[in-house]
This record gives sequence, C-alpha cells and structure tokens, in this order.
Amino acid sequence: MAKNKIMSRLGGAGKATALSRRGFLISMTAAGVAFGFPRSSYAAMDPQAADGVPITAVGDAFEPTMWYWIDTEGRVNVNIIRAEMGQHVGTAIARILADELEVSWDDVRITHVDTDEKWGTMVTGGSWSIWQSWPVYRQAGAAGCTALIEAAATQWGVDASTCTARDGTVTDGTNSITYAELVKAGISRSFTEDELAALPLKPHSELRLVGKDVTALDIANKTNGKAIYGLDAKIDGMVYGVPLMPPTRLGSQVLSIDDSGAKDVKGYLQTLTLDDPSGTVPGWVVVLGETLMAAKWASQQINVEWNAGETAGVSEADIQAKSRELIADASTGAILPTETPDTTQAFKDAADTLEAEYSTATVLHFQMEPLNATVFQNADGVWEIHSGNQWQSLILPTLSAALEEAPDKIIMRSYMLGGGFGRRLNGDYTIPAALASKQLGGKPVKLVFMREDDVQFDSVRSPSVQKLRMAFDGDKQVIGMEHHAAAGWPTGVMAPSFLPKGVNDQPYDVFAIDGADHWYSVGAHQVRAIENELANQTFRPGWLRSVGPGWTNFAVESFMDEAAAKIGVDPLEFRLNHLIAEGYNAGTVPDSVGGASRQAAVLERVAKMSGYGTADLPADTAIGIATTFGQSRQMPTWTAGAVQVHVDRETGTVEVQKMWLAFDCGTVVDPDGARAQCEGAALWGLSMALYEGTEFEDGNVRDLNLGGYTPLRMIDTPEMEIEFIDSTEVPVGLGEPGTTVIAPAIANAIQSAVGVRLRHLPMRPDDVLAALKA
Amino acid sequence: MVNLKINGREVSVDADPATPLLWAIRDEIGLTGTKFGCGIGMCGACTVHVGGQATRSCITMLGDVEGTEITTIEGLDADDNHPVQEAWRNLRVPQCGYCQSGQIMQAAALLTDIPDPSDDDIDAVMTGNLCRCMTYPRIRSAVREAASANRGQTQNG
Repeated sequence: MAKNKIMSRLGGAGKATALSRRGFLISMTAAGVAFGFPRSSYAAMDPQAADGVPITAVGDAFEPTMWYWIDTEGRVNVNIIRAEMGQHVGTAIARILADELEVSWDDVRITHVDTDEKWGTMVTGGSWSIWQSWPVYRQAGAAGCTALIEAAATQWGVDASTCTARDGTVTDGTNSITYAELVKAGISRSFTEDELAALPLKPHSELRLVGKDVTALDIANKTNGKAIYGLDAKIDGMVYGVPLMPPTRLGSQVLSIDDSGAKDVKGYLQTLTLDDPSGTVPGWVVVLGETLMAAKWASQQINVEWNAGETAGVSEADIQAKSRELIADASTGAILPTETPDTTQAFKDAADTLEAEYSTATVLHFQMEPLNATVFQNADGVWEIHSGNQWQSLILPTLSAALEEAPDKIIMRSYMLGGGFGRRLNGDYTIPAALASKQLGGKPVKLVFMREDDVQFDSVRSPSVQKLRMAFDGDKQVIGMEHHAAAGWPTGVMAPSFLPKGVNDQPYDVFAIDGADHWYSVGAHQVRAIENELANQTFRPGWLRSVGPGWTNFAVESFMDEAAAKIGVDPLEFRLNHLIAEGYNAGTVPDSVGGASRQAAVLERVAKMSGYGTADLPADTAIGIATTFGQSRQMPTWTAGAVQVHVDRETGTVEVQKMWLAFDCGTVVDPDGARAQCEGAALWGLSMALYEGTEFEDGNVRDLNLGGYTPLRMIDTPEMEIEFIDSTEVPVGLGEPGTTVIAPAIANAIQSAVGVRLRHLPMRPDDVLAALKA
Repeated sequence: MVNLKINGREVSVDADPATPLLWAIRDEIGLTGTKFGCGIGMCGACTVHVGGQATRSCITMLGDVEGTEITTIEGLDADDNHPVQEAWRNLRVPQCGYCQSGQIMQAAALLTDIPDPSDDDIDAVMTGNLCRCMTYPRIRSAVREAASANRGQTQNG
C-alpha cells in the first residue's frame, strides 16, 4: 500500500501544483518550533555550518508554512527536501523564497531535512528541483510577507496596502518595524487555500535575489574538508562491513560460507548471509570487522559458494541482440501518444526513405563517493539510515519491508552526496547495511562498498539499440518518421506503477524514451519504446544523468544530419525548417510556451556563437551541431550545442577543440550555479561520447575501476562558451540538458570533418579508423 | 604503534602498519576531509602531503610513513585561507565537492614545485585527479589564479 502511495505521488512529480497543495500547512499560528529529531550524531544538514548542525530558532519562531521559519532574531531557516550533490540546490531554492519574503540574504540559512511523511515525495532527479520548487517556495515566501505586513499594519492601525516590506523590515512611510520584532510580538494568521492561491507574486522586474549573482552556501565547506558526506558518518560503537558480491545481481543463492581463513585476521568479527524479506539483495554476504580494513582483509580470505542466477553468462552482445530482435517484432513495445502515431500511409506513399540504426554501450555512474550506508536502531526504536540518497521516498518502503518495521519507525538522515548523477536514486545500497544491522539486533553497522563492489552492481545506463526511419515525398519533403528504441527500463524495474500507457495500451518508461518525441514537425510520427527484459534481469537499469535523452537524442540528432544530407539541405536549415511552433509543437502555457520556436532560437544562437557554416577551418576539422529540449516535452529546457573537432586520420583520435552551448531555461534563478550545471553536463556528454563505456561479460560489467574505465580528465577538457537566452518564463531544469547535445554534435562534426558516420557510442579511435578504412 | 606528525600534531596510531594511510587518517585519527574514491591511486581524492609531496594516501601504507610529517586538507592553512583555497572559493569551483580536498592538495603541491606553471603544466599534473562533476575548467582557472596570487605575494614581500 505504501508503495502505491509513493507511486501516485511520483505521478504528480511533473505537476508542481500538486506539490504545492500537499506542501502547505495552512495554519499560520506562531508556535515554538520543535524542529527535526534528536540527533544521535551529526549529519551534513546545514552545509554552511562547520559541524553540519542546523541553527535552532531563538524564541518562539514564526512558521508560516513547513518550508521555513523566522525566529525572534529575524533569521530565516529554509527547509530543503532536495539532496545536495553539486547543484547548490538549497541556495537556489532559498533565494526563490527569500525574494518573495523580502528578507536580506545574509539572514538566510538552509537545512537539508531528514525524511518525514510531511515533506511529501523526496526525490532529487529529472532536473526537476527548481521547476517544482519555484511555485511552492514563491507562494510560501509571499504568504509570510503578507502576514508580517498585516501584523505591522494592525499594530499601527493603518491599512496594510500602505505598507511595504524590504530586507526584513516593514514600513508605511512613517513607522517601521523589523520581522524580528514582529515575530517576538507573536503572529497569528491563517489563509484558506484560495487566499494562498490568490497571493500576489512579484513581477520579474522587482526580483532582488532571483537572477542575481551569489556564492552558494555550500561552497566554503567544500574547500576545507568540513563538508560531511555519507562516508563520514560515525556512530558510537559501530562496526564496519564490506559486501561480498554474488555472481549475479539477481537470483544468486549462498550455498556455503567458509570463513576459517579469516579467523586469523585481527579485528575480523563475523560473516553474515543476508536474510532479505524485501528481495533486494539476494545472495549478498556482508563481512564485519572492527575496522574497515579488518573487514576487507577478512573478506579476501572467505570462500563463498553460490548458486548463480540465470544471467551469469549474459554478454553485452546478447543484450543488444535481444534489443534488435524486439525492434524487428512490430508487436512489441508501447506506441507513444504523438500527434499522428500511425505512419503506415506515410511510408506507403513515400517516394524515398532513410533508415539507420544507432546503439550505445553500457555506461557507469562512477560517482566519486563509493556507495555506503550506516544503519542502527536508536534508543527510541527508530531505525536510522545515515547515507546520501536521491530518492528517499522510493527506498523507504523497501527498507520497511527489509527491516520488517513500519515506515514511521525508519528515518533517513541527510548528508552531502559525493556525486549522484542518478546512482543514488536507486537506494538499493542501504538495504544490505540495514539487514546487517538488523541481524545484529540494531547494532550500528557502517557498510562501505569498495570501488570495485560499487561498480560491479552499479545501476548502469543500459546499453541501447534504436532504429530510425524517415519518409520523403517526391518533392523531398518529410512526410513521416519512426523511432524504435529498446533498452533496459529503470523506472520499469524500480517503480513500475509509474509507467503511463501508450496509444496501444502498453506501458512505457518515459525516462527510457523521452527525447524521441521531439518538437520537429515531420508529418506522421511514430515513437515506440521497447523494454529489454534481458537487460532488466541482468542488472538494475539506472537513471544516469539525462537518462533516455542521453541516447535518444544521439539517434535523433545524428539522424537529422543524415536526413539533411540525403535531400541535400544544410543541417541547420533542415532543422529550422522543421522546428515550427504549430499544432502539437506550438507549446503550452506556462512550461512549454513558445514550443518549437524557442528550440529554433537556441539553435540559431549556437550557430551564431560558433560560426557554424561560416568559420574557415583547417583540413579534417569541422563544427557539428545538435539541438534538444532537455529532459521531456512536459518540462522542456531548450538546448543547442556546437562542437568543433579535429580528426587525426592516422590514429583515429578525435580532438575536441571547442564546445558552444545555448540554453533557454526560462528564468535563471542562480546564474553561476546554472552555468556550473551546464558546464558539468556538457562535459559528461563529451565523456560519454568519446571516453566512457563498458560492456557486460559473463553477467557483469567488464571494467570495475579506473584501470579500464576512462572518464574525461582535465587534459581532454576543451574550451567552452555557454549562453542563456534572457527570459521571464517558468524556470526549468539544467542539471542534465547539457549532456544531451554533445554526442550527436560530435558525430555530426566527425562526419563533416572526414566524411564518416559513426552510429555507436562511445566513438573510440578504433571506430573512427575502421570507418575511415571501410 | 606508528608514530607520525599530522598537521603539526604528533600522533601515535594503533593500527596494522599495512593499513592504507587513508583509512588511518579517516577512521583512526578522525580527519575525514581526505576522501576515498578508487582505492588504486588513480582518482586523487585521497591526496595528502607526505613530507611536502602530494601523495595518494589510499595506496600508501601506514607503516611506510612512520616519522614523517603529513598535511591533510584540514591542516593546509590554519584559517582555510591558502591561496589555492581562496581561488577555489573565488571561482566557485566545487560542485559536489567530494574530490576537491584532493584537488586542492594536489594544486597546492604543484604550486610549491612549480610556482609559475604553464597551462600544460597544470593540465599534466591535475589530470591525475578525477572530478566526476567535471569542474575541470574552473580548477584550471583557479590554479592559474592561485599562481598569480602567489607571484603577487612574492613580488610584494
């Protein structure tokens, strides 16, 4: 039951209004704030504080909504339900609130809260945080400001409309009073939902914090070693654990354990075969020690005999062959509700057609902080989970099943995340720690995954295969397009009740197909999403920075260049000709207002920035372009990229010389934070285009550490130029969109530079050489 | 018992001499600013100074640093105002921040060895430190800025 509840909330994840309705505590009666929970140890809840401990209110705080309070010193504490993993998300959200509340930024602190039912869905992903928080925190700030102004007006016996608030002070021209004084005097005010909805919000011209430069609150402690991550959790009396990984992620069974060889390891405690009622970690074994190395060294002396699951022999080639087989079978998959999903007639009438297959290899998260979790049962009988996590609401029901405890007996403490990138959306790593503690009667266990363990059962970006087709009439006009995409489905595996249904009544994972339902007008347009069950059985498919749009757009945007070439039109002109804001692609107020015309605008901007089509470049050097709408049609972040490459014909090396990106994300809330997200996302795109990629061999990924896995490093990092379109529209996400344009832009640039088309990611020098020789 | 000096303080660590220095620093001495990334010396998150040299503490055995002087991120500057840290804050380098202790320790050692590094020097040395948030452009700029600050100090003083 709990799970269904979570899913129905997730269903509302795209609708910020749902969060708003759920989020408000209507009562605005001043009250002493009993905030948070007794803490048995510190956690990085306030990233600005050296010890991570949030401030506590002085006096009886005014708590207009659960999102913040103001104390009698005028300090504002803003509650953040999002995980901090590099986005400086708390700073951006707090500034949205502080702007409407009319307080000085110097008085604002943030608290990354622990889990509690009252917060609603706690998830940090999808590039949703700012988009979803914008209406909620603006309204919350406006409510507080209104209440404070009314309190002042009542004190003075004047009409509230004659008063204004600024920097935490209310004035009416004659009198003035600080928020601190008003809170001290006590405030009682309540709003109906209608009143809340009717609260006036500031026009953009009066925003004083949103859109202005700021240093994020978490920066300083990330330069002196004081930021506290999950791996830094320390609980009195804790023992250390390391996992022994079974031969397959699912379906393995322990037959026997011989730890006689470990008995001599100093500090070795014991070995646990996990008994998992939640079914999350079948066949997992945890070795415990007084120190981490005692556990690690002992684990190397322990022999475990397993019965391996069915996928022990699965290879990358098997998974990709399965995808091709599924694509070839027209009866599989879900047809998305595009405007004209039936392409039969278009292809029947076609004078000419184009078809191409694109594929991508398995990609690892390889977030810098290896997975870890520290778990124990506290004196109140509550299970405390100390760990960085991106989707607490998803894993809590699983923790409840594993611990066989009611959800209200489990709390997840907040920590900084040493990288998320989607890995920590899947909280599976907390389960073995919880089970180990449970088997020890609630004793604190700190479970640390060594890097190789972290990678072996990473929730990888699934390998994918896609087939694209286009139909042209006798005048070379596009009259139809098809996009068939097969891969492992993260949401299909982890949150299946969240899947919407296509026009053929089959469910589909939006995160594995978003991007294919593009904003180009192409006549009849069929998008078919296909679940690869062999992938789902072999590994836990992950949401990895940009998820589906990371591979669907590689296909769409490579194919657009191929289509333009086929009919002899410049790729830029071809795209602009089909980005027409009409009908299905007109866009809707407020999130996608302007539709395809905004995508055309960023594309034109990036073409101008890069000198695409006009730059005079040396031999074997070219600029390629690509454009996307970021993560989804529902929340489009209009994105365009151009990449200049030089290809060495002797070695096949692709040297990326410069990248240009243009974004229209609506209102930019934190300009430097926005830029940082776009820089990182674009370089992730580069890394996955050229340097990252592994393969499944015998049921597991081949590369377990940096010896074989080679993400982008500084030496290959090119110069970048990034611009944002000035806009006052709804702010949308920036964590992922930059990732989506780079690989196709590089593929298109390689084609222009040396005349070969690469259709598989990553594009390694050997692939370039092979194509050149073909 | 292994004796060493860390951030100017004499300590005796009661741990197996084969323990990686990283875990001795983090779990025995209790300084958690130094981070664990790969465990094979290839990501640089665990970088500390041993005798002034940038060292990967995850592949350095505790027993091998007996009697040495070790500096971690916590001891780089008493007020957290080493020119590298200042540059890191000015340019707002960190995103998730997890690798940044190692990046900063590596950069500080680089500037001790090569006070006026070329762009190629910076790339060659810093490329050993992985940043998964990909803050490389800002790290590059921050090292340059710190180098300029150092030169300014030298010229002024």
